[in-house]
Amino acid sequence: MDWFPLYNSIRIALISTVIIFFVGIFAAYYIAKTPRLVKGVLDVILTLPLVLPPTVVGYLLLRLFGPKRIIGAWFWDHFGIRLTMNWWSAIFATTVVIFPLMYRTARGAFEAFDETLAYSAKSLGLRNSYIFWRIRIPCCRQGILAGTVLSFARALGEYGATNMICGYTPGRTATISTTVYQLWRTNEDSLAFKWVLLNLAISFVVLQAVNLLEKRNTAPRRKEAE
Amino acid sequence: MSILVDIEKKLGDFHLDVRFEAGDEVLALLGASGCGKSMTLKCIAGIEKPDRGRIVVDGVTLFDSEKRINLTPQQRRTGLLFQNYALFPNMTVLQNIRAGAKREQGKAAQAKAVDTVMERFGLTELAGHYPNQLSGGQQQRTALARLLVSSPRILLLDEPFSALDSHLRFRLEEEVRQVIRSFGKTVLLVSHDRDEVFRMSHRIAVMDKGRIDTIGSRKAVFSDPQTRSGAVLTGCKNISAIRYEENGMVWAADWGIRLKVPLLPRDTTAIGIRMHSIRQGSGANCFRCHVEEEIENPFSYTIMLLPLDARGGVPIGWELGKEEWERIRAEEVEICLPPEAILALHN
Repeated sequence: MDWFPLYNSIRIALISTVIIFFVGIFAAYYIAKTPRLVKGVLDVILTLPLVLPPTVVGYLLLRLFGPKRIIGAWFWDHFGIRLTMNWWSAIFATTVVIFPLMYRTARGAFEAFDETLAYSAKSLGLRNSYIFWRIRIPCCRQGILAGTVLSFARALGEYGATNMICGYTPGRTATISTTVYQLWRTNEDSLAFKWVLLNLAISFVVLQAVNLLEKRNTAPRRKEAE
Repeated sequence: MSILVDIEKKLGDFHLDVRFEAGDEVLALLGASGCGKSMTLKCIAGIEKPDRGRIVVDGVTLFDSEKRINLTPQQRRTGLLFQNYALFPNMTVLQNIRAGAKREQGKAAQAKAVDTVMERFGLTELAGHYPNQLSGGQQQRTALARLLVSSPRILLLDEPFSALDSHLRFRLEEEVRQVIRSFGKTVLLVSHDRDEVFRMSHRIAVMDKGRIDTIGSRKAVFSDPQTRSGAVLTGCKNISAIRYEENGMVWAADWGIRLKVPLLPRDTTAIGIRMHSIRQGSGANCFRCHVEEEIENPFSYTIMLLPLDARGGVPIGWELGKEEWERIRAEEVEICLPPEAILALHN
């Protein structure tokens, strides 16, 4: 059995999760502070990838990154880099698809944050960066962790947009999901089934992790003293 | 003067327009919720920005709209204590207090300051506890320790006791009083609780609809609240609008009775009388009343009375000791509203 698809899927998912961890958190933080109307519009645009069919996302990405399209052509002319059909091209697809998951969970966590903590930290003289990294993020960590794990799981399972932007080349761009489709298409049923079982196992572990994180969040921890 | 505040801020229909000065004393801002007292504190701390005005603390200008000065909350060093104490839940007691300690003087000095303040507040044993493992009292002590170790120019206490049960409240008030005494600088206390304000402060500013109605020593404000809102906030339950009549009499419209009053200020639009100032007896300003309701309090009675020949609808409340009422209890009683106990109020 060739393990490349597993390795490729995991590296794509990991890289896009790391990117979206920062991008999602900063988007959530700054958008939570904008006026209501702006927030509403941005919210719709940024959540769109969650409800669009992945093929539509893939199509739009190709319109931008394709060899003859604006961004794709620019990169080809200036750096000789082709943005599609590489293993890392899938990262474009996965980051766009998982962004709303991270953004929405992080924003929910930020909105539940007690702003008086930030106020009192400021009047104690603590720097804004300290407040963000040492107070706000740790207080919201359960929501952010849950969002990260969910994003990772979704990135691991991305099929439609990935398939359109980097296709299926064994040993180069194959991921678990594209491999399953290819094996089923070529009648290699038992091998396809093995990959399906592996995928199920990974998803199971990931979702269990999310549940555990959320349970820790709601478990009563207050010890009554006095 | 240790603090000078003169600010204006518009928020939709709400208009905050506050002006006051205070020395090294406790000044309480007493007002109902939504009167702008917390907003005032936030403007001083730099969390909210006034549209116009000036804030000076200890000779340092924190805000001046004309000179375009607006220090960050970090530069202002105003010790702000919130009702929920705002302890960082992800940090232990020690880490919380350390976060407040100044780093400028170096690590050793910082550690010493933290040790000293923890000892003073009896928190040494609790150093490793998280805020959610602490009782309300321990949380308050941690917050106070964190506040003092940051060496603030002024203390701003925003409803510090309103989240507590009444039995705890009394004890924690004593702790805060001690802190205030040793702090020795200006303390602003925001509260809607008249008893708390009376016990804790030297002077009181009564706030209503974004403005300060009355400001004065705590005794003066309670004995002569001057405004209707001040009377309500200091606990006066009997208030009636008035109309002037001949020979020093007024018509109290809400109660439907004619009263003899002392010389009232020109702008007086209403009068009030505290429930415990009413006496039993006959003579001037005395009325035969029907007992509408008898309310038993833990240590007193409140009797709701309607004057017999009154054409008004609002009963007058009379508070008196248990034994006294039990001695005179009747369907009808004769009460007096002593002219010297009548509060002259304007709007």
